Amino acid sequence: MSDAMRVGVFVCHCGTNIGGIVNVPHVVEYARTLPCVACAEGNLYTCSEDGLSTIANKIRELHLNRVVVASCTPRTHETLFRKNCERAGLNKYLFEFVNLREHCSWVHMDKPEKATLKAMDLVRMGVAKVSLLKAREDLSTAVLQAALILGGGISGLSAALVLANQGYRVELVEKEAELGGLLRFVNRVFPTHQPATELLDPLIDSVLKHPNIQVHLGSEIKTVKGFVGNFKATIDENAEMRDLNVGTIIVAVGAQVHKPEDAFGYGRFENVMTQLDFEGRCGGYDAFNRVVMISCVGARCEERSYCGRFCCIVGLKNAILLKEANPRAHVTILHRDVMAVGKLYEEYYRRALEKGIAFVRFDESQPPQVKGAGTRAEKVQVLDTLMGRQIELDADLVLLTTPLVPAADNGLLSRMMKIPLGMDGFFLEAHQKLRPVEFPADGIFVAGCARYPAEISESIAQALAAAAKAAVPMAMGRVVTDAFVAEIDPALCSACGRCVTVCPFGAVDWSEVGGPDHGKKSVAEVNPAECKGCGLCAASCLSGAIRLSGFTDEQIMAMIGSQR
Amino acid sequence: MTQKAVLVLGGGIAGIQASIDLANMGTRVYLVEKKPSIGGRMAQLDKTFPTNDCAMCILAPKMIECANHENITLLTYSELAEIQGETGRFKARVIKKARFVDEDKCVGCGDCAAKCPTKVVDEFNAGLGQRKAIYKYFPQAVPSTYVIDPDHCRLFQGKKCGVCEKTCKAKAIDYGQKDQEILLEVGAVIMATGFDLYDVSALSEYGWGRLKNVLTAMQFERMICASGPTMGHLKRPSDGKEPKTLAFIQCVGSRDVRHKKYCSAVCCMHATKEAILAHEHYPELSSAIFYMDMRAVGKGFQDYIQRAKTEYAVEYIRARPGRITENEENLNPVIHYEDTNTRELKTREFDMVILSQALMPSETNAAVAEKIGVSLDDCGFVSPSQDLLNPFATTRSGVFACGFCQSPMDVPDSVVRASAAASKAAEALASR
Repeated sequence: MSDAMRVGVFVCHCGTNIGGIVNVPHVVEYARTLPCVACAEGNLYTCSEDGLSTIANKIRELHLNRVVVASCTPRTHETLFRKNCERAGLNKYLFEFVNLREHCSWVHMDKPEKATLKAMDLVRMGVAKVSLLKAREDLSTAVLQAALILGGGISGLSAALVLANQGYRVELVEKEAELGGLLRFVNRVFPTHQPATELLDPLIDSVLKHPNIQVHLGSEIKTVKGFVGNFKATIDENAEMRDLNVGTIIVAVGAQVHKPEDAFGYGRFENVMTQLDFEGRCGGYDAFNRVVMISCVGARCEERSYCGRFCCIVGLKNAILLKEANPRAHVTILHRDVMAVGKLYEEYYRRALEKGIAFVRFDESQPPQVKGAGTRAEKVQVLDTLMGRQIELDADLVLLTTPLVPAADNGLLSRMMKIPLGMDGFFLEAHQKLRPVEFPADGIFVAGCARYPAEISESIAQALAAAAKAAVPMAMGRVVTDAFVAEIDPALCSACGRCVTVCPFGAVDWSEVGGPDHGKKSVAEVNPAECKGCGLCAASCLSGAIRLSGFTDEQIMAMIGSQR
Repeated sequence: MTQKAVLVLGGGIAGIQASIDLANMGTRVYLVEKKPSIGGRMAQLDKTFPTNDCAMCILAPKMIECANHENITLLTYSELAEIQGETGRFKARVIKKARFVDEDKCVGCGDCAAKCPTKVVDEFNAGLGQRKAIYKYFPQAVPSTYVIDPDHCRLFQGKKCGVCEKTCKAKAIDYGQKDQEILLEVGAVIMATGFDLYDVSALSEYGWGRLKNVLTAMQFERMICASGPTMGHLKRPSDGKEPKTLAFIQCVGSRDVRHKKYCSAVCCMHATKEAILAHEHYPELSSAIFYMDMRAVGKGFQDYIQRAKTEYAVEYIRARPGRITENEENLNPVIHYEDTNTRELKTREFDMVILSQALMPSETNAAVAEKIGVSLDDCGFVSPSQDLLNPFATTRSGVFACGFCQSPMDVPDSVVRASAAASKAAEALASR
């Protein structure tokens, strides 16, 4: 076959998502009239097995050397279509994605005719661009068989052990002088009521003894450089600087307990404390006769909109333990909703009801009042919404059920590793539904309360999940990254440094090259393994020295220049 | 010699995620799914809370990744027959049921189904629509191969037909196809057998099956889905009219000792999502959700509930309705309930009522568990591990569990636990 351009255009109905608004057959007809287009087709679902094999067959039959798919978003589907091109023997970088859903049908639902015209424009622009794409190869880099785990709580410990057991070297960094995290301050655990130390001690022991795990106590992370496969972290280990070279990183730095300063007499009355204060301080559960617990203290409120996920269960646990230690004690839980989700929690809630623990629902707008004299709380008043009247409960102990709040260092770590935080101050995963322990940056993962409050089994689950993700590049030994990256022409670079500052991934740095007068000159250089191809550097460059392959000026101008 | 291979039972989102993680680590995976396509329950969902991502749009790429992965062997329309051995050395026998359609030849064009004369109630659409006796499980099915349902096909029922064979240009129809036995050697097993929907006709007070405008949450989900039987249009079953008011009743069969004593974990958010979607489809529509506790505990869930209240005309009423009757004139369901704030008995009429039915371990769960020798708890879930540090272990060493078969949970929790089970399976293979 000749080298002449032979473009295949595949337009997706996406069920009714596109096809219900855009006149797809019309767009297909139009595509057939465009220069270099060898075939154009419509599919009900281009991403289905059906649609994919149609594309592959057309590539083979008609010797297509460029492919345009006009469907949904490259965010979810680009990899799929590129792989499909590759499967049919076409270099995957000779593929162009046109978004007819998010960029067209969804936003122009009320104007189907204009949406069809716009879809034609978008397809034409895609065809104009695809001809200018060049075949490229993925970039491949080696991966160090070692993981850095930040945080030695239950999450960090679990992740460390499962990775070490698979033969990977683990560097476990804990800022405190001992391992165990928040669980060290917990008395007994749900639902077995075994002492927390019974869980923690053997786990810590296995971690400390494991030949593949190096534990760094009293250590703070100072800098993190590099990229998936080859990170270099510098830690301050008891005033000594140390470099750790690893392939992957798991962030398991945990969270802290909310202290409700000034609320419900906390800090004023000695017998008003948080659940965790109580677990830490309490010698015996049998010393109390009238206990009132207040749920959602500092949670589901204006200041902090989220639910602490397992605080209700902590309340249930201490209520059951108090009641078991002293069956005559009156234990009342003032709550807004009992968040006993699922099977084990609901069983536990029923167990509390069967033990005679009282539950009183209050409304957020009328929170309970804690009354007392001197340093002692004596009574709690609350409007019982079920009875519709104000009640007063005697109390010799008031426990405030508070949520976990983000760790103080999250902001610092977020900037250091360029991993995002959510509005709530917890680390923000790549996708809430399907990528819950990953970050947008490759090779860095999150687990446990660093992400969102999580009780023991959830923390372990996330730790093991993060370990699975971290094991993937280490098991394969190499990572393959996208070839659409920024490239800097050193001859044009004026060394202004704008690109170095603006890159959110730390992929642009200084480099020395030979200058025009045979001396040395400093220029900016992109590390392709770290570059995500976002184009910020190219847009900010005043000298026109940076081009983003896959989105060059030439390609963009061709898209704009093509006329209907 | 340890087999560097894992058998995953169940091709829902949990089984898919566990398979992809292990395959990406270089482990061979056999993914067994009883239905004609992988995808599981998530494939039936229109959108997902709390981001309102289109479920199929985020699931389809994963399904196809499974199908295309060089380390994954998909065994759909297949069931485990027996398993023997121990960690590192299991021998499993899987029965691949006859589809009567050759997987290698079928291109999924659908000509056969278009011509097939027999209509069957469509299980995938929760009974709302009809499919043919030769059918694709759903439009984005993986594999896209059609399958003949011998219980309804005229030919298999002894009548004259053969239309599909005559229609198929790919010559893929094979009425003589037999069940196939496949022997596998694996080092570890992951159970991800998922859930079924509780039959709410058992709660006769709510009148499902008797009152036309009372639907289950899954029926409503299919109805509001653009690729569902009504193309996303809400239509009252009694008269096809567009409803203006909806009511959702929570805990229908859940948290109820007469039915399922546990909380089904996803329904509070699921109902909220459906109410939001309904309002997005019809801005003049409003919804009321009757609930006991609004269990919105996941990341971003509370904000979602707030948005439902302030932006999507969703009213939350704390009450457990006693019964539903019908207005004989317009066939509107009438909910009878006690307002717990005023302690008054009230009635309120709606255009349509949706029951958030309890979810329960799939019926396959019991059969699979028995074959593997894994013990189940009194509700039919895989017995919780006695070791709190290893929540994925079952009573048989080398067999791990994840997802809904362990306990009710939503998609993100299932995905996390699937990856976690993959970690434990990889560890089991490495340590032998």
